[in-house]
Amino acid sequence: MTDATKTMNMIQAINSALDVMMDRDRDIVVMGEDVGYFGGVFKATEGLQARYGKTRVFDTPITECGIIGVAVGMCAYGLRPVPEIQFADYIYPALDQIVSEAARLRYRSAGEFTAPITVRSPFGGGIFGGQTHSQSPEGIFTHVAGLKTVVPSNPYDAKGLLIAAIEDNDPVIFFEPKRIYNGPFDGHYDRPVTPWSRHPTSAVPEGYYRVPLGKAAVVRPGDDVTVLAYGTMVHVAAALIADKGIDAELIDLRTLVPLDIETIVTSVKKTGRCVVVHEATKTSGFGAELSALVQEHCFHHLEAPVERVTGWDTPYPHSLEWAYFPGPVRLNEALKRVLRD
Amino acid sequence: MSSETGRRNLRPLSLHVPEPKFRPGDSVDFGDFDIPAAGSVMRPEIDSAPAAMTGHAYTLVRVLDDQDRAVGPWDPKLEPERLVRMLRHMALTRAFDDRMYRAQRQGKTSFYMKCTGEEATAVAAAYALDRDDMVFPSYRQQGILIARDWPLFDMMCQIYSNQGDRLKGRQMPIMYSARGANFFSISGNLATQYPQAVGFAMASAAKGDTRIAAAWCGEGSTAEGDFHSALTFASVYRAPVILNVINNQWAISSFSGFAGAEATTFAARAVGYGIAGLRVDGNDILAVYAATEWAAERARNNYGPTLIEHFTYRAEGHSTSDDPTKYRSAEENVKWPLGDPIARLKRHLIAIGAWDEDRHAAMDKDVAEEVRAAQKEAEKLGILHDGLKQPFDTMFEDVFEEMPRHLQDQRDQMAAERKAAGI
Repeated sequence: MTDATKTMNMIQAINSALDVMMDRDRDIVVMGEDVGYFGGVFKATEGLQARYGKTRVFDTPITECGIIGVAVGMCAYGLRPVPEIQFADYIYPALDQIVSEAARLRYRSAGEFTAPITVRSPFGGGIFGGQTHSQSPEGIFTHVAGLKTVVPSNPYDAKGLLIAAIEDNDPVIFFEPKRIYNGPFDGHYDRPVTPWSRHPTSAVPEGYYRVPLGKAAVVRPGDDVTVLAYGTMVHVAAALIADKGIDAELIDLRTLVPLDIETIVTSVKKTGRCVVVHEATKTSGFGAELSALVQEHCFHHLEAPVERVTGWDTPYPHSLEWAYFPGPVRLNEALKRVLRD
Repeated sequence: MSSETGRRNLRPLSLHVPEPKFRPGDSVDFGDFDIPAAGSVMRPEIDSAPAAMTGHAYTLVRVLDDQDRAVGPWDPKLEPERLVRMLRHMALTRAFDDRMYRAQRQGKTSFYMKCTGEEATAVAAAYALDRDDMVFPSYRQQGILIARDWPLFDMMCQIYSNQGDRLKGRQMPIMYSARGANFFSISGNLATQYPQAVGFAMASAAKGDTRIAAAWCGEGSTAEGDFHSALTFASVYRAPVILNVINNQWAISSFSGFAGAEATTFAARAVGYGIAGLRVDGNDILAVYAATEWAAERARNNYGPTLIEHFTYRAEGHSTSDDPTKYRSAEENVKWPLGDPIARLKRHLIAIGAWDEDRHAAMDKDVAEEVRAAQKEAEKLGILHDGLKQPFDTMFEDVFEEMPRHLQDQRDQMAAERKAAGI
C-alpha cells in the first residue's frame, strides 16, 4: 500500500475510497441510478465499472425503495452493498427499507442477519437546487435507532470516513455536501470559490486509511465560544470566525450518530458558550439534539443560552436561496448575541 | 363548481368502490366460479418466453381432479411416501396453529396468526426448493419452517418470548428468524421482503453461485410499492427468484378487490413486467409443488424469475386480534370451492391406496402429541406474562454491532432508576 498522497477534490476522494475498498473486498458492490457506465451524475463512481465489471458496479432502475430493498437482500447473502441515492431529497421512497429493515435487522434477528450497507447520497444546498436538490434530511436518520449518520466536510475526511463506513458492519447513511464537492464554500456566494487544491485537506493518501466513525475534529481551537458544525457549514463557520477575529473553538462533528459527546462537552465546559450551525430546518433538526445534550452535560458551565443557526422552517426556496442559507451574516449575529452575555 | 363553468351536459362521473359479494349473514353461492378442470393447463418448457405464457396467468394449474386422482402434465409424480410426509407436515402445521391459537386465548402470549387452509402453499414450496435456497416469507408461511423440520420448541419459545427465545423477546410472536433453516427474519412491514429476495437472488447470480431465493406476500400486499420495485428488479436483472403471491381473498377485512382482483388476476401482474407468471390452485399441494419446481428449475437454469399466484382461501380470522364474522359471511369458508388442502391430499392418498382413515387418525393424534410435548418443554422456559424473561439490559444490545456511548449511558440510567425504585 502506498503512502503517496495526491491532490483530490471531494469527488475524487470518494471515488478513491470506493476504488480502494472494491479492490480489497470482492463482496463490495456499487449500485444506483446512473452509477455504472456513466459513472454517476457527479462522477463519484467514474471508472469503477470498467475496472470491476458490471456485476459489481451497475446501473439500477429508478426506484429508491428497490435499490435499498435489494441491498438488504444482498446483505443476507453476504455482500456489502454501497448503494447511491442520487440526491438526499430522493431518499424518502427508500425510508421504509432503511428505517424498518436495514436499521432493525440486526436487532430484530438478534444478530442472525445484518445490513452492512453504506448509503451514499449528495445533500445540502447552496447550489440553486430549489426544493428537491438542496435538502438536508439528516435529522430523519439520526432519529432512527440502528443507523449511523456521517457527513464529511473535506476530501481527506471524505475518503477516510467512507472507507470506515464501508467497513462498518452497521448501516451507515453517508451524506456528501455537494456544495463542497469541488471546493470549500465559505458562504460568500458573491465571491469566486477557491478549489480544494489550495486547502490542506486536499492532500489525500492514494491507498487505504480510515478516519474513525464517532470522532469529531477540532478544526480550530479557541476559548470564547464553541461552534458545532458539519458539512458545508464547517467552512462557513471557519471563514466567519477568521474574518471577525473571534476566538471560537470550531468542532466538525463528522459523525452525527454515534456522536463524539466527549469532545463537545470538553469544549463547552472550557468556553461556556455554544452555537450550533446546520443547513437543515430548525424544528426537530439535529441542532435540537445537540442543544439539549449541551444543556444536559454542561448546564452549570453555560454563560449564555445555546444558539442554533439553521435553515428556516420552510421548504428550500430557489430564488431566495441566500436569504435561506444560514450564511456568515446570520452566524455573526448569533455569535454576537452569545458573546454579549 | 363544474356546473358553473358551462361545460357540456355530461353524465356525472361515479366512483367505483369495490364490495365483496357476501357480507355477514349472506348465504354464499360460489356457483359462478369458473374453475378450470384439473390437468387442462399445459406445462410450458422452463425456458419459455414470458410473453408466450400469458394464458397461464389467467387460468389455474390444477392436478387433483374431482375423483382425487393426479392428472395432466403438471402431475409431479411424487413417490407416495413423499406425499405422506407432506401430508404430515401440513397436519403438523395445522396442529401447531391450533395449539398456539389456544395458548394466546389462554393468555400465555400476546398474539398469534394461523395459516389454516393455506398449509399447502408453504409446505409444498419447502419440498420443491432446496434447503439452502433462501426464503423470504411473510408472517403466514410457518409451514416452511415446519416442513424444513425446524424445532417446534424453538418456534414456541419465540411465541412466548421466554428464556429460550433466540430473538430475546424483541419481536412480536411469529416474527421468526431462522438462519439455520435459510428462513429470513420476518418483518411487520408488508412486502419489504420482496425486493430483499430479489437482492439475495441477484447476489447469488453475481457470485456465480447456484442458490436461488423465494419470497411470499399476500394479495393485499401486492399493492405496496415494494412489490412493483421487486418485479422491476427481478425482470431487469433476470434474478433467480420465485415471487409467490398468496391470494387468500382477504387482507384483514378488505377483500381482494381492494388489491385489484376485480379487474385482473395477480399472476397477470407478471405479464406487464416480462416475468413468467403462473396461477395455481393453492389448495392442491401437487399443483403448488409442480409450479414451484418448474419455477425453481427455470431460475436455476438462468431463465429468470417467476411469479406464482396461489389461489386459496384464508379459512380463519386474520389474527387473534381479528373477528372475521364482522365483515364476511361465515359460510364462505365451508363453501369454498377449492376445498381444504389437507383433506384433498388425504383423499388422493386413499384413492391411490397409499393411505387410510386409521392411519390418518393415528397421524393426527401423533402430530397433536408432538406439538403438546414441544409446548410442555417450551413452557418450562416461561410464558410471556411471567415477567421479564431476558436480562433487561439485553434490550440495548444488537442495535449496533458494538454498543455506542449513548446506549451504554441509557442502559446504566435504566439500571440506576430501577435500583433507586427498588425493582
